[in-house]
Amino acid sequence: MQKLVLTEEQQMLKDAAQGLFGEQAPVSQLRKLRDEKDPLGYVPEFWNHAVELGLAGTLVPESHGGSEFGHVGMGQVMEEGGRTLAASPLFASGVLGACALILAGNDSQKEILNGIADGSHLTALAIDETGRHQPLRVATKAEAQGDGFVLNGSKTFVVDGHIANTLIVSARTSGGERDESGITLFLVDPKAEGVTVERTIFPDGRNYAKVTLDNVAVGADAVLGEKDQGSAPLQKLLDIGSAHLAAELLGLSSEAFDRTVAYMKERKQFGVYISSFQALQHRAAHMWSELEQVKSMVLKAFMALDAGDEQASMLASAAKAKASQVAELVTNEGVQLHGGMGMTDEYDIGLFMKRARPVQLLLGDFRYHADRVAGLKGF
Amino acid sequence: MTDLDTFRQETRAWLEENCPQSMRSPMKSDKDVCWGGRNFKFQSEDQRLWLERMADKGWTAPDWPTEYGGGGLSREQHKVLLEEMARIQARPPLNSFGIWMIGPAILKFGSEALKQQHLPPIVRGEIRWCQGYSEPGAGSDLAGLQARAEDKGDHFIVNGQKIWTSYADKADWMFALVRTNPDVKKQEGISLVLFDMETPGVSTRPIKLISGESPFCETFLDDVRVEKDQVVGEVDKGWTIAKYLLTHERSMIGNMGSTAAGQKTLAELAVDAVGLEDGKLADPMLRTEIASWAIDSIGYELTAERAKDQAKSGQGVGNVSAMLKLAGTELNKRRYELLVAAYGSEGLLWEGDDRPAGALPQEWLRTKGNSIEGGTSEVQLNIIAKNILGLG
Ligand SMILES: Cc1cc2nc3c(=O)[nH]c(=O)nc-3n(C[C@H](O)[C@H](O)[C@H](O)COP(=O)(O)OP(=O)(O)OC[C@H]3O[C@@H](n4cnc5c(N)ncnc54)[C@H](O)[C@@H]3O)c2cc1C
Ligand SMILES: Cc1cc2nc3c(=O)[nH]c(=O)nc-3n(C[C@H](O)[C@H](O)[C@H](O)COP(=O)(O)OP(=O)(O)OC[C@H]3O[C@@H](n4cnc5c(N)ncnc54)[C@H](O)[C@@H]3O)c2cc1C
Repeated sequence: MQKLVLTEEQQMLKDAAQGLFGEQAPVSQLRKLRDEKDPLGYVPEFWNHAVELGLAGTLVPESHGGSEFGHVGMGQVMEEGGRTLAASPLFASGVLGACALILAGNDSQKEILNGIADGSHLTALAIDETGRHQPLRVATKAEAQGDGFVLNGSKTFVVDGHIANTLIVSARTSGGERDESGITLFLVDPKAEGVTVERTIFPDGRNYAKVTLDNVAVGADAVLGEKDQGSAPLQKLLDIGSAHLAAELLGLSSEAFDRTVAYMKERKQFGVYISSFQALQHRAAHMWSELEQVKSMVLKAFMALDAGDEQASMLASAAKAKASQVAELVTNEGVQLHGGMGMTDEYDIGLFMKRARPVQLLLGDFRYHADRVAGLKGF
Repeated sequence: MTDLDTFRQETRAWLEENCPQSMRSPMKSDKDVCWGGRNFKFQSEDQRLWLERMADKGWTAPDWPTEYGGGGLSREQHKVLLEEMARIQARPPLNSFGIWMIGPAILKFGSEALKQQHLPPIVRGEIRWCQGYSEPGAGSDLAGLQARAEDKGDHFIVNGQKIWTSYADKADWMFALVRTNPDVKKQEGISLVLFDMETPGVSTRPIKLISGESPFCETFLDDVRVEKDQVVGEVDKGWTIAKYLLTHERSMIGNMGSTAAGQKTLAELAVDAVGLEDGKLADPMLRTEIASWAIDSIGYELTAERAKDQAKSGQGVGNVSAMLKLAGTELNKRRYELLVAAYGSEGLLWEGDDRPAGALPQEWLRTKGNSIEGGTSEVQLNIIAKNILGLG
């Protein structure tokens, strides 16, 4: 069985990503994007650097200009990006877009992968229709018309929706609102007539959008995968996405934790460093222990995804569940242990909390994934 | 076929041939455990045979060197053996403080003569050991121990009292921490010594636990003669060895967090007790709590595995045993709370032959000791805070 440690190449990628994020996308960059309500929501120069390093194509096949380095490798990049709260199209395009096309795309659709790898083509996955993630609840309709379809409905919490060149939309071609079959995935041009994309603002200052589809006509070639059979590849895609979000949560939680421990060692009250209070030491030790569990679960989920292991779905859900739970713990404790400072906008610690919550909710929170683990384990 | 595949095939065939049928089912209670030792009464001829056959192969201590009777298996082979045993639900042939605790310490720190003397009988289950660490005044503050060993030339004379000594009344030998030098910093005057429980001056008195059973004792040491060649490592340098041994003990206790192969999982037991409704556990709140537990248990098992893999790749974080002990024991306590909840009042039936959950009330109470024995959870948190996080 594969050892739960990184290979030398994977470690090198992690180090490279750490260097890149630390130098080109520190927390101050996110803060500036937020303060200036930057229309793009990321810094193109940074994205170019990331692309030059090959990060956008980490999951893309070599035949399409990527490095096909696998989920363990990409996961290290996601984790490091989480540490600096780096804003970039890496997740929506490099993970979700790339994997959607790899899982379900035909040859001509897969041409988009070249654009993903070279950073020129951005994608966004538009699936959620309500505040809570329920991927099978699809009310958006796609009705046959001529050779193609007409789409009507609306999507919310669409990461990078307003900057995407291609939207990947789930719509119902048959069945009732919550049926597993009858869901079809479509590639939709956001510039097409009837598509409205409205950027929405969240506490993390990152890119989300509402997408409205009003009689949007698409051709038969817009169908990604098989008609009515979209939920199988979608579920695989969500497993992958969940594991990568768990990695991001691990990164941001680890950073919030490190900063909190550092603060405990510099803040004095009662004439001593607050790190000398056992009440606080035990909370820190508990968090460290929890973070170690998350590390193991995230790594194992990626290895299972790379190996095509039948446990991959369960492990991805378990990782996302635990990472969400621990991110909530660590970011809450982080603010608490910073005292009044933790409540200020000037101090970075609050930014980690504000990033954690949307990522926890994205593709399902602890409750969603705990329910799924139970289901997959047959209880 | 790789060497490991060959090993798997051979192991499977050997187990098929040598593991008695009655040893191929999960143990029903503590009474089915084989502890070995001079006075051990085997439950059955099969139990004796199973121990003897496994000991012949050295597979009671699979990863110990063959020269001391061990199996000499690599970590991968050891894993295969455990997997193959789990496949047929083979019971562990031997539970042993010798294998879990003092053996590894002797292997690492003991003289050649000590290894020759003590390791083979441990592997064979002939000598049963107990651990004389804790004292009435030295629990969490173990280094504060007072049992005094006076130098008498070729031997020591030991006086003092140990407490919470598990199975002292059933053990053949004790490994004990004693103070050989009272005039230095408390950690620097401690030695780890070995002696036969039949030595004059050793006496034990059982203590009844909250579960009603009496697996541990007070142990009194009055003018007990200990030969100098029975010191593990150097005199006065026992603290390092004691801590090394504790890391083994902690991994072992923490391991209770994992569900043994062949054992039903918490979720499966809960389904038996509560039933399913539309494919889901019929009690939704209980289902939520068990799902949460199951996720934590995956995290624990993977972390234990990652710790071993890291250690092997030389990337080990020190003191992971503290974290694994903390996480594993808290998990095991939660598991039993959830089991009690799943069975409801039926699960708390204290006596009787056909209780639906068997000895669950006693087992549940026993788990409360997991986060105390081998160093309490609070002590593990202190170790992590101090040694890993540098908080002080
Ligand atoms: C929203 C808000 C409004 C406020 N309004 C006012 C106001 O109107 N007027 C005013 O005067 N003040 C106000 N305060 C200040 C508030 O009273 C202090 O923030 C609070 O007393 C904590 O002090 P601190 O921020 O210096 O944190 P610190 O004392 O530095 O604490 C940092 C962390 O260490 C912990 N800690 C400190 N000492 C110990 C110990 N002995 N044992 C264990 N843990 C310890 C704390 O619990 C905390 O988690 C306000 C604060 C906030 C957040
Ligand atoms: C089932 C069982 C089997 C055992 N078997 C053996 C055996 O075979 N051999 C043997 O030698 N011993 C054995 N022990 C003893 C065990 O190692 C001790 O009970 C344990 O180390 C705790 O010591 P204590 O009981 O004196 O508790 P104390 O040290 O008195 O602790 C009482 C409470 O105070 C807390 N506490 C103490 N110090 C600190 C601190 N610095 N910071 C924060 N909290 C603190 C503890 O966590 C605990 O909650 C066994 C114990 C149990 C329960």
